[in-house]
Amino acid sequence: MSRPGWLFAVVALAGLAACSEKPQTNAEGVKHDAAPWTGTGTQADAGTVFTAPGWKVGDKTAWQQGLKSRTQNGQNEYNKEN
Amino acid sequence: MARMKFVCDSERCIECNGCVTACKNENEVPWGVNRRRVVTLNDGVPGEKSISVACMHCSDAPCMAVCPVQCFYRTEEGVVLHDKDVCIGCGYCSYACPFGAPQFPSQGTFGVRGKMDKCTFCAGGPEANGSEAEFEKYGRNRLAEGKLPACAEMCSTKALLAGDGDVVADIFRTRVVQRGKGAEVWGWGTAYGSQQAGNPPAEGVKR
Repeated sequence: MSRPGWLFAVVALAGLAACSEKPQTNAEGVKHDAAPWTGTGTQADAGTVFTAPGWKVGDKTAWQQGLKSRTQNGQNEYNKEN
Repeated sequence: MARMKFVCDSERCIECNGCVTACKNENEVPWGVNRRRVVTLNDGVPGEKSISVACMHCSDAPCMAVCPVQCFYRTEEGVVLHDKDVCIGCGYCSYACPFGAPQFPSQGTFGVRGKMDKCTFCAGGPEANGSEAEFEKYGRNRLAEGKLPACAEMCSTKALLAGDGDVVADIFRTRVVQRGKGAEVWGWGTAYGSQQAGNPPAEGVKR
């Protein structure tokens, strides 16, 4: 390839770099959020009176399982006797 | 863990607006801002359908892509949230959102737009979980209390389902199998990228 050809290819490649999509991750400046299974309240792993029973605050697996059973029990009436 | 998702069953929604009221009350949403709305298609025509619409917490959220100050973030559970301290109220997210979810309170002089407000899947925001600051800016953090969004838990006919995507999809599938119709999930494809989104049902399939 001739010299102008190479030059054009390099410039075209550099131009294409601008078309890449920026990552949709937590941007700089945005505060990080605490995970929901860490619960609410000022005391660690204690929760508050509003915390739903049936799971241990701070336990991710228990939180996930608690939400799953809450969804099934509260929103799936086919699970209930009619 | 699967992603948190909303499903609205149009065969069940009776346009009672219970979800709208529950959301307003739970999060103390100001006057003029509706994080959730009930939309009725073919209103007054026999066979009309209603759906409850709010932020769907899209898998590839367009609001997130267009925000010039990158105030959005996605939690590990797939909930799309934003930082009101970073938001400049430009309204780009409002144009990008296919569900009309972003809302703007008009509180300032000459009706100037305030910071964007939208459904948080009752997951609060980037303040300490359950803190007063979080409640003031974003509303209740029910997820951190081990609860589901108030709108879905309040729904009288259980038309609005919210929770782990696998579980809600399973509940909806059971219903469709039982009743033999109404398999269309409004907005699901747009939000979560289904292959069958927007396609008409196959020939001979009951609607």
